[in-house]
Parts: sequence; C-alpha cells; structure tokens
Amino acid sequence: MGTALDIKIKRANKVYHAGEVLSGVVVISSKDSVQHQGVSLTMEGTVNLQLSAKSVGVFEAFYNSVKPIQIINSTIEMVKPGKFPSGKTEIPFEFPLHLKGNKVLYETYHGVFVNIQYTLRCDMKRSLLAKDLTKTCEFIVHSAPQKGKFTPSPVDFTITPETLQNVKERALLPKFLLRGHLNSTNCVITQPLTGELVVESSEAAIRSVELQLVRVETCGEGRATRPGACLSPSTATLTFHGCAEGYARDATEIQNIQIADGDVCRGLSVPIYMVFPRLFTCPTLETTNFKVEFEVNIVVLLHPDHLITENFPLKLCRI
Amino acid sequence: MAVFPWHSRNRNYKAEFASCRLEAVPLEFGDYHPLKPITKFSSQVTESKTKKVNRKGSTSSTSSSSSSSVVDPLSSVLDGTDPLSMFAATADPAALAAAMDSSRRKRDRDDNSVVGSDFEPWTNKRGEILARYTTTEKLSINLFMGSEKGKAGTATLAMSEKVRTRLEELDDFEEGSQKELLNLTQQDYVNRIEELNQSLKDAWASDQKVKALKIVIQCSKLLSDTSVIQFYPSKFVLITDILDTFGKLVYERIFSMCVDSRSVLPDHFSPENANDTAKETCLNWFFKIASIRELIPRFYVEASILKCNKFLSKTGISECLPRLTCMIRGIGDPLVSVYARAYLCRVGMEVAPHLKETLNKNFFDFLLTFKQIHGDTVQNQLVVQGVELPSYLPLYPPAMDWIFQCISYHAPEALLTEMMERCKKLGNNALLLNSVMSAFRAEFIATRSMDFIGMIKECDESGFPKHLLFRSLGLNLALADPPESDRLQILNEAWKVITKLKNPQDYINCAEVWVEYTCKHFTKREVNTVLADVIKHMTPDRAFEDSYPQLQLIIKKVIAHFHDFSVLFSVEKFLPFLDMFQKESVRVEVCKCIMDAFIKHQQEPTKDPVILNALLHVCKTMHDSVNALTLEDEKRMLSYLINGFIKMVSFGRDFEQQLSFYVESRSMFCNLEPVLVQLIHSVNRLAMETRKVMKGNHSRKTAAFVRACVAYCFITIPSLAGIFTRLNLYLHSGQVALANQCLSQADAFFKAAISLVPEVPKMINIDGKMRPSESFLLEFLCNFFSTLLIVPDHPEHGVLFLVRELLNVIQDYTWEDNSDEKIRIYTCVLHLLSAMSQETYLYHIDKVDSNDSLYGGDSKFLAENNKLCETVMAQILEHLKTLAKDEVKTLEYIKKQSKQPDMTHLTELALRLPLQTRT
Repeated sequence: MGTALDIKIKRANKVYHAGEVLSGVVVISSKDSVQHQGVSLTMEGTVNLQLSAKSVGVFEAFYNSVKPIQIINSTIEMVKPGKFPSGKTEIPFEFPLHLKGNKVLYETYHGVFVNIQYTLRCDMKRSLLAKDLTKTCEFIVHSAPQKGKFTPSPVDFTITPETLQNVKERALLPKFLLRGHLNSTNCVITQPLTGELVVESSEAAIRSVELQLVRVETCGEGRATRPGACLSPSTATLTFHGCAEGYARDATEIQNIQIADGDVCRGLSVPIYMVFPRLFTCPTLETTNFKVEFEVNIVVLLHPDHLITENFPLKLCRI
Repeated sequence: MAVFPWHSRNRNYKAEFASCRLEAVPLEFGDYHPLKPITKFSSQVTESKTKKVNRKGSTSSTSSSSSSSVVDPLSSVLDGTDPLSMFAATADPAALAAAMDSSRRKRDRDDNSVVGSDFEPWTNKRGEILARYTTTEKLSINLFMGSEKGKAGTATLAMSEKVRTRLEELDDFEEGSQKELLNLTQQDYVNRIEELNQSLKDAWASDQKVKALKIVIQCSKLLSDTSVIQFYPSKFVLITDILDTFGKLVYERIFSMCVDSRSVLPDHFSPENANDTAKETCLNWFFKIASIRELIPRFYVEASILKCNKFLSKTGISECLPRLTCMIRGIGDPLVSVYARAYLCRVGMEVAPHLKETLNKNFFDFLLTFKQIHGDTVQNQLVVQGVELPSYLPLYPPAMDWIFQCISYHAPEALLTEMMERCKKLGNNALLLNSVMSAFRAEFIATRSMDFIGMIKECDESGFPKHLLFRSLGLNLALADPPESDRLQILNEAWKVITKLKNPQDYINCAEVWVEYTCKHFTKREVNTVLADVIKHMTPDRAFEDSYPQLQLIIKKVIAHFHDFSVLFSVEKFLPFLDMFQKESVRVEVCKCIMDAFIKHQQEPTKDPVILNALLHVCKTMHDSVNALTLEDEKRMLSYLINGFIKMVSFGRDFEQQLSFYVESRSMFCNLEPVLVQLIHSVNRLAMETRKVMKGNHSRKTAAFVRACVAYCFITIPSLAGIFTRLNLYLHSGQVALANQCLSQADAFFKAAISLVPEVPKMINIDGKMRPSESFLLEFLCNFFSTLLIVPDHPEHGVLFLVRELLNVIQDYTWEDNSDEKIRIYTCVLHLLSAMSQETYLYHIDKVDSNDSLYGGDSKFLAENNKLCETVMAQILEHLKTLAKDEVKTLEYIKKQSKQPDMTHLTELALRLPLQTRT
C-alpha cells in the first residue's frame, strides 16, 4: 500500500469547548519516502439546513435549499513542500477554537434537517503524477455550560380515556388509569430522563409502554402545537406542516425505548429512564435561522390495537 | 558317548549352616546402628544431644555426613523434593506459567468477591436445570418439531409461526438458512444456541464488535418469548451462557486497553487508573446498550457487562444494580421477570456480593408481583399453550431458589425470619414455601420443622403439589437435625401425608428423601415400617419398575446407616424390599452395594445365620448374573465381593460346619474361578487349622475330617480353567495333604500335577497379552522339586517314582528350539537328586518320614539315585555338544553369557576356546 494519512486527536472522546486548543498529530506513514507539495490542515464548522420535501414539496425543497451556515473555517500550513522520510512521521498541531466576531460555536448535533458538524481536514498536495491525499476527521464541540441555576420542573400526569384528544370513538376504548410523573422536563443532557409510571388499572392487557424521543427541527421560524393523540399503531411518523411560508418544522423520532413489556403488574411503579444519545441530542437551540427542540412521548400499547401517546416538550441544557 | 559316573558330595547341613551364618553381635543400648535413628527419630526428636554423642563413638562411615540428624531416606522423598516433582517444577516453564496463572486466577476470584466456597455456584445448578427442563419434558420437543405434532388448531399454528419469526430474527445478521430453523427439535435448538455462542466468539476475535453485539441482542430477545413455556428455564440457562461470554469478552477487552507495556492494572483498580481510551470505549458500550429499543434485551445486555462499571466510577455498580432491579418491574410476564431477577442476582453476586440490598429488593419486588401468576394474562397464556398449572408452577423454582439462595447466603437470622413472615403474609403460598425450604440454611429450617409442617399443611396449594414441599423439607432434615423432642412427631406428621400420595412417582420421590431422616434418628423398627410402606405403595401395578433409581437410593441410605448387618437383616422388610428389584442389572447393582458395605464395615468374622442366609442369597444373585457376555472386569469385581464375604465367615471351632459352608459355597459360585480358588485356599487353611488345634497329632475323627478337606480340594481343582492356577493349587494342596499325613492323597495331587504339565501351552494369556509360558513353568517346576525332596516313596512303586515320572514328562515336553530351559530344569533336577542322596535332608515335615529315614542311606537307593543323575547328566552334555557343533556360535554364546553378572566364570572359558580350535 502507498502512503497513508491519519489525524489523531489528543482527547479520546474528541470533545472540545470554545476557547480551548484542539491538539493532536497528523501521522504520515509510508514504506518509501514521500515527495509532496505541502501539507495543510483545515478546521471547518458548518450548520447544514435542509428543507423537508414533505413540508414544502420536492421542487421547493430544491429551490429553497438553504445555504450551509459557516461557523468556523480556518486553514494552517503544516509543512512546506518537501519530502517525508520512509516510515512513520508524526507532525503535532495545535488549533485554537476561537471565533471571529459574534458568531457562536453551536454544539455538535446530527439531525435530519439540521446538522451541526465540525471537522478537521488534512490535505497533502502532491505532484501531478500522484493523487492528492486527504483525511477528514470529525471532532465534537460541546457548548459552554449554561449560566444560571438549574431548576428541575417536575410534571405529574394522569392518562384516562377522558384525557385523550383525537379519539375517533371514545366508547370503544377500554377503561384504564395511568398515573405517573417525570422528575423534570428541564433536562441536563448528560443525565437521564427519569420518572415513574403506574398502571393503576386497565381493562385491556398492556402490550408495551415506550418512551419515544422526538426531535423537532425548524428551519426558519415555525409555530405548531402538539396535542396528545390517540392514533392507530401504524401512525409512526409525526410530521406536520409548518405555518409560515417557506419555513418548515418537522418532528422525527430519534429513538424509542421500551420501558414495559407485556401486562405489567397493576399498582407497581415502572421506572421511566432514558439516556439521551450523544450526537443526536444537543441542548435545546434557538437561532434566527433554525431551531432544534426535543420532546418525549409516552406511548402505551393496549390489547388488541390501541395506541395512546402523551407528549411532553423537553428543554435540554448542559451544565 | 562316555558315561560320567555321578557322586554326590556329602554335606553336613548343620555344620555348613553354622559356618555360613554371620556372627551375631549383641548391640549394647548405647551403640550406633544405622537403622536405629529411624525409630528414634519419630519417637524422640528432642534428644538430639544424646544421639550426637552416640554417633561419635560409632565407627560407621555414615557418621561423616555433616547433617546433624539422620533422616530416613524414604521419608525424605515424601517431603516434596523428590526428583520427579523437582523436575516437574523446573523443567516445564509452560506448566509453571499455567500453574501460576491458575493460582492468580484463583486469587482474583478470592479477592474480587467475598463469596466463599460454601456458596453453591450457578454452574452446579446449570446442569440440573438443563437436565430437568429438557429431556423429561417431551412436550417442548413436540412444540419445536412444528405444528403437525402439536395439538391441532390455530393456537399451535400461531405458535410455530412465532417460533419461525423469532428464529428468523435470530438469523438476521447472517444470510439465508432461516428455513432449516423451522421445526427445530430441542437438541437442534441447543446446538443452534451453541453455534451462536461460537459465532459470538468468532465475531469478537475478528474484531466485528457490532456483529457480536447484534448476536447478543438477538439472543436475549429470545428470552422475551415464552411460546414454549416448559423449555423456558433451559433456554434461560443456554442464553445466559452467551451473555456471560459476552460480558467477559467486553470486560477483558477494556481491561486490556488499560494495560500498557509498562504497567499492569492491579486486580483492585480504581477508575482513576483506567485510561481515557478505555473509559471512552466503556462509555460507548453503555450508550449503545442504552439505546436498545426493547426492554428485555436492554436489561440483559446491560446486566451482562455490569462489571465494566468499575472502569467508570467507584459507585457505578452500586448505582446500576438498583436501577436494573427497578427496570425489571417493566417486564409483564411473571416467569420472564423472575428469571431476569435471577440473572441480576447472579451477576450481582459475582461482581458485588456485598450489595445485599439489591438482592433483598429483588425479593420484595418479586413478592409484590407474585399475584400476577394467578392473573388473567398468565392463565390465558396457559390455556393457549395447553399447560396445566401444576406443570407451570414448577418452572419457577430454579429462578426463585437461586434468588433465595443469594439472599440467605450468610444472611442474619433476623432477615430470614422476616422473609418467612412476608411469605406467610402472602397466604403461605406453596411455591414460596418450597423455595424458602430449598434455599435457606438447612439448620434454620430444621429447627423450625414443626412450624414448617404446620405451614405446609395449611398452605394454599394452588397448583403446586404438596408432596414437593415435603420433599424439600425432607432434604433439609437430611442435612440438619431438628430438636430432639420434635423428631418423632415430625416423622409421623410427614409420613401421614406421604403415605396418602396416590401417584407412585410422587410417592417415591418424597419417600426416598425421608428414608434418610428415618435412618438417621430412629431404630430398625421405624425403618422397617417405612420400608413396609414403600413396598406397599410400589408393588401394585409393578410401579417399582419406573422407580429403580429412587429405590436404589433408599437401599444405599439404609446401608449407610446400619453398619451392623445382623441388625440390618433383622429388619424384616429389608429382604422383601430387595425383591422389588426385578430387573437383573439393577438387582446386581444393589447386591454389589450391599456387599461393598459389608466388606467395609464388618470387622469380626461372623456365623450369624441371618447374615449368612441373606448374604449368600445376595452373593448368589450376583453370581447368577454372570453369563458369557459378562466382562472380565465385572467378573473380577463380583469375585472380589464374594471372596470378601467368604473370608468373613467363621464358625469358630465348628470346623465341620465351616467345611459344609465351603461345600455349599462351591455349588453356589461355581462360575467364578477366583471364588473357587479362594474356596480351595480356605479349605486348605481349614485343614492346617485343624492340624494346629490337634498339635500335629490327628485323632481318627480329625484325620477323617482332614481327608475330607483334601478330597474337597482334589475334586475342585480340575474344574478350574487356568493351567498354572491348577498346577500351583495341586502343589499347594499336596503340601497341605503331606503336612496332614495324608500320604496317598498327597501322591495323588502330585501325580495330577505331573500329568498336567504336558498340557501347559507355549503361550499363555496374561492380562490380555500373550506371553511365553516357559519361565512360569520353570518357576513352578523348581518349586515342585523342593517339595519332591521330602515326599516319601510309595512302597508299591519303584524308587523315586514321582521324580522319574516328572523327568519323563519333561523329556517329552516340546520345548522351544535352541532354548536352555530344559537344561536349566535338568540342572535343578541334579540339585534335587544330590540333595536326596544326603544322609539327612535339609528339611522335613513333622511326622512324615522322608526318603532319608525310609531308606536310611541304603546303597541300592543311592545307586539308583546316581544312575538317574548320570542320565540327566548325559542329557546336559548332549545339549552342550549340539552347542559345540557350531563353534563360532558357541563362542559367541559363551561370550554373551559371560557378560551376565553371575556368569563371569565363563569369561575364562571363552578365552580358552579359540586356542583349542587352533590346536
């Protein structure tokens, strides 16, 4: 094999904060000596926004596709044109994470319509005969802890056939009474979402209770309300249209965690517990161009075919 | 050919003996003797001072050794420095490393857990569960076989469909091959799981971590499927094996990441010692597992890598365990949930046995959900699967017992009492009671036996059979003793219930356990009653045929407690009990046990008619099982047992009774050669015993008796097969006859032996290998010659007729070509004849006149003797001549022979021979 290029970031978890220095080494390994026209390192941070075809239509989505927003972009030259000896060459680098102007270093987030990503790219230019070499490596940015005191906001809830909206035929519903609470809808992103759920009574056997973590991404400015709904089990997507023209607000599932399987014991509390997945969640974010929000649905499946969901908007933060 | 006249040298044995004997030097008390310190060493170690003084005075060269105490060379071998073990310790570094490794591993185990060896590990339970919930449960096989063999109807169809989808899921990570997974038999299923275990290891080894995780998730998903509910406990065992493998792999991998080239992480490391990469990898695993969609796989996989929390934080495990415990509350199916709890307790005990609260929490949570077992969902499921409650409830004990065992391990009395009270509150449920009894300390149960009996009586049976409860109680009482005052009452109460059991299987499983308790604390009267009751229950419809193992256990327990066989056989129902073993193999097995115990425990010879009758019957049973197909080993075993019995029978001075016993035994055990040999020896011993009693002077009566003994041997020996056995016994019996002045009988024995010699085959079978028989024959003949010296000639036969006859036989025997054996024998004959020509023989038998006194050195006898010598001598020379024919060969032969240590005198001859040929 020929020449290999690799970037090794010093921190094992690759997590950095604004103002810190990103350090590491670029490793060039080759059997023979390598002739090159210079090695450079580029740090890049962008927000990619995409409009959902569902909300605006295929053409409009194409037409309206938003330009990526650049957060950070800087390049340094590491090595001047020359020659690397055979074997392994390690070139250390340090990159300060400083922003120009009033730009904010958003937290890394991998979503559907909003993507915030930071990369390091190493380019090795070579003569005409050999291909240029490139290696890209993602690093993760965590936003600075939010100021102010964290106050938990517990929520109690009760679900009965009467509390449901969006029911086609209320008479067909079996009787049930579910009680529970979430310890807080203000969540620290590194701490799990916790709470309890008690099936006080239910005529129908319970098939499953799930926690559905939903991201709500808005490109531009949107408004929407999310009622509790009793839907058929096949209704899995939770997309609906944004209000303002050209802007879209889309809710999609991040993960679904089952907390009860089968007909659980009545009167015994079942723990609600969900770890927020890394990369796919970030502190709730609201900017002029886009928004990233999170919600959780408690989904109860009853025999034979009833699906009950209860929605709770969450506010994620990092402390 | 020239005749060499033979003249024996006259010898004065007495004078020779006196001159040859070493002079005995009396040893003064203080004198040194090399053998002395050995005995001294053991008795008076402290007296080293006197020993030193003693040794100074001795002239022995051993006193130059520098060590202060002389150690017995034999015992020094035993102190562990013998060359073999030294070699093993130094020469094999791999073995050494392995040994160190294992010791380290052992230390690991000891350090990481406070669980001692008194905690019964899961591995013990594993096999039991697999055996119990697979092979005996035929239903589950049918269900895996597919729809056509199960009950007709949509239910089964749906079930097999479900099995298929599950198995398809199982196969998701591999292409194809779903079809074969349909209609799996249980064994196929087990094999399949084993394959998965292997592919997990393979995936891990080839660095496919994601695939490994997928396999584990798919496997633990199977645990949420209760469609073949009878198989569930075994499925749990199989799948948790995979989880254990996975947990170990992940832990070891992360552990190895913490080890860099310079340092090794200590066994007790703190999270600060783990490096960032290891921590990050560990976190990654936990994040990945936290996002598993389904509850049951998420629970099991997280539990399986519980130990990895050690890398992240000190309190990780203690925070995780309660959370996982709560998580189980979300599992709706009570069976699935109780097994999940069992798994958590298992992992918890392994990783952090000091965290008792989790165990207790699991127990109390379990009690809270206990009512679900009788809930609608479970009942509906049972109806769908066609499973009755009495066969459903016994699926719980493996998991419950395990949880209870974990909790009760080293638990304070107060906790156990509290748990018992809690169980009581739940209406004394039989299932709970059973697990309490099987998991708690036996002493705890035993001291409260009466309480337990009360609880068992009034408990709500609800599908869990009461006899199982009594069985569990009985198991405890076999291990620990209840209070003295309660013992009889306990037995009465328990047996009252047991005896009412209708189903013979239920009955015997219960009775078998209680026999131990009865034997331990009561007399033969109670044991007799119990045995009678067992017979009564097991006889109708030949129910015993299905319960041989249990009946065998009963016999074993009874034997183990009654070492006195006269008491044992006075238990009236013991022999009728034996009659229930009607299958021969089992019957013989039982007989063997009895005889084994007899040989082990019987100290004194016995003549008790009860014991004799019973054991003769037992031995006869063993003997009668021998047939053409019986293995040699089995025969040897049976013979050993019967011989042990025969040796233990003694009628004291009633010799006639003794002989008639031997006669009876011979007729009974005629198929086992070793027994016949033993009998012959015993009868010979009896004859010598008689001689001893009569001090050598037989009365008319004893003479007749002794002749009867001799006759017994004479007619028994021919029925033996082994040729050398026969020869030696003839010789031996002849000697006995001679000693008892039965001259003509002795002659008969010797003649029989002589006539048997031509039949000795060239090769004989020894331990399955064919070997030449010549050396054995030589040995026998030499022995024979020694006896022939003192055998007096018969007045009606010629001089030395036995020797002549034997010589004829030797002459005619077809010896190996070019072998010296024949000549060797002839030289022995020369020895014999020379000894015979002495005035007084070297030895005599008391009260038997040998030829020396018969002939009194008569010249005719001597001439006859010498003539015989000449003939023998001629034979020897003849042989030498054939050897001489080929001179080179002879020379070579002599040279070869001269190299042997005792043939050095031939060296000179070898040197001279070539010279002769030259001249």
